[in-house]
Amino acid sequence: MKEVFTPEMKLSDMLDMNYSLVQVISRMGIELKNAGLKVVDACAFAGIDPGTFILISNVYSFPGYTPSSSEVASVRIQDVIRYLHGSHTYYLGIALRNLEASFDCLVEPCDEKQKKVILKFFEDYKKELEKHFEREEKEVFPYVKSLLGGNRPEGYSISDFEEQHEDVDEKMEDMKNIVMKYLPAVCDENMKLWVLLSIYRLRDDLRRHTFVEDNILVTIVKNLEGDGR
Amino acid sequence: MEGRKIVDLVVPSEIVARGLREIFTDSADFEVGESFRDLSKAVESRLRILDPDVVIVDPSVLDFRSRKDGRTRLADICDSIVIALAVSGVTEDVLRQYDGSISIYDTGEEVLRKVRSSVDSRSLEPSQNEGGELSAREKEILVCVAKGMLNKEIADKLNLSIYTVITHRKNITRKTGIKTVAGLTVYALLNGLIDMSSIQ
Repeated sequence: MKEVFTPEMKLSDMLDMNYSLVQVISRMGIELKNAGLKVVDACAFAGIDPGTFILISNVYSFPGYTPSSSEVASVRIQDVIRYLHGSHTYYLGIALRNLEASFDCLVEPCDEKQKKVILKFFEDYKKELEKHFEREEKEVFPYVKSLLGGNRPEGYSISDFEEQHEDVDEKMEDMKNIVMKYLPAVCDENMKLWVLLSIYRLRDDLRRHTFVEDNILVTIVKNLEGDGR
Repeated sequence: MEGRKIVDLVVPSEIVARGLREIFTDSADFEVGESFRDLSKAVESRLRILDPDVVIVDPSVLDFRSRKDGRTRLADICDSIVIALAVSGVTEDVLRQYDGSISIYDTGEEVLRKVRSSVDSRSLEPSQNEGGELSAREKEILVCVAKGMLNKEIADKLNLSIYTVITHRKNITRKTGIKTVAGLTVYALLNGLIDMSSIQ
């Protein structure tokens, strides 16, 4: 499966195979107007490593795909961070905002109490996710960058940052189940479908994002930490 | 051999462990899998993987103060039915936490009968109606959870063992598909089980 995407193919052909890759493209800084170019050329324009781009595209497209350790080792870590950072910007700036707006519409016909409790649940989830991203932006990424620069800051290790994802994922599942099964009958069925689809999309996106963090970023950083000892 | 339920032992006494193995080997429905002398971290992770049908534990592997919580500790590790081996120094209130108990003075037949009856009562217990209505007891526990009470507090309030509370919570999650306290609170409110004013 992983040989599907090659550096020699056109970016637009990749998108035809999996249109959700538009997300990866934009997060890695490739402009859509370059979609007619070969992957290798479009990456050169954006200043990113084509191998890393293809690896992330594979993760994004094939849920069961696990990169080999040599593939992970050949990744350019700055580009992984670029993707992760771009994802954060997307989640916070677009995905969560849109979801929140749809949630507001969805619960509009409910009585005040119900509205309050559902929106509070969403709000708490959002805050938790924001906190999680903030920690990565403020602690993890700078740490990785200083490791790359050859300094190993004292008292911090990448393992501190593992296993933090479960809780947000569970809340997301709960949110899905509440929207699917337990909303008051006054809520509009079409609106429910819309919100449900947004939740599923965000969930899948977040899971791939988590996969890149846990299986690519963390693995490389552990190697870097090992070298520095 | 297939279809036999696996019993793992956590028993410090080799004499007892060997005796139990003998008793279960003679039965048609059980066999002893692995036998451990203590409940170290290594054993815990081994049990987690094995996830046997039944664990027989001598509560004296736990130090005196944590004995009462031994059942909960095992519930965190595996889903097995846990049977206590009643030895001297283990009190009634400790034994009550377990799914059953056997004594070293029981005959082989008595041991098998007791273990079978614990296994049978467990198989009746899980909610047969998956995705169905919550029972009255489950609703009661859900309300406590939504109010922010801890398992220990719920157990004390409803006069249940903490292990029973955990089982109910597992069933609530299985039926509703909701895992987190925040999610359960929303569920309880939307279903009119609690009022907005009763949560902080």
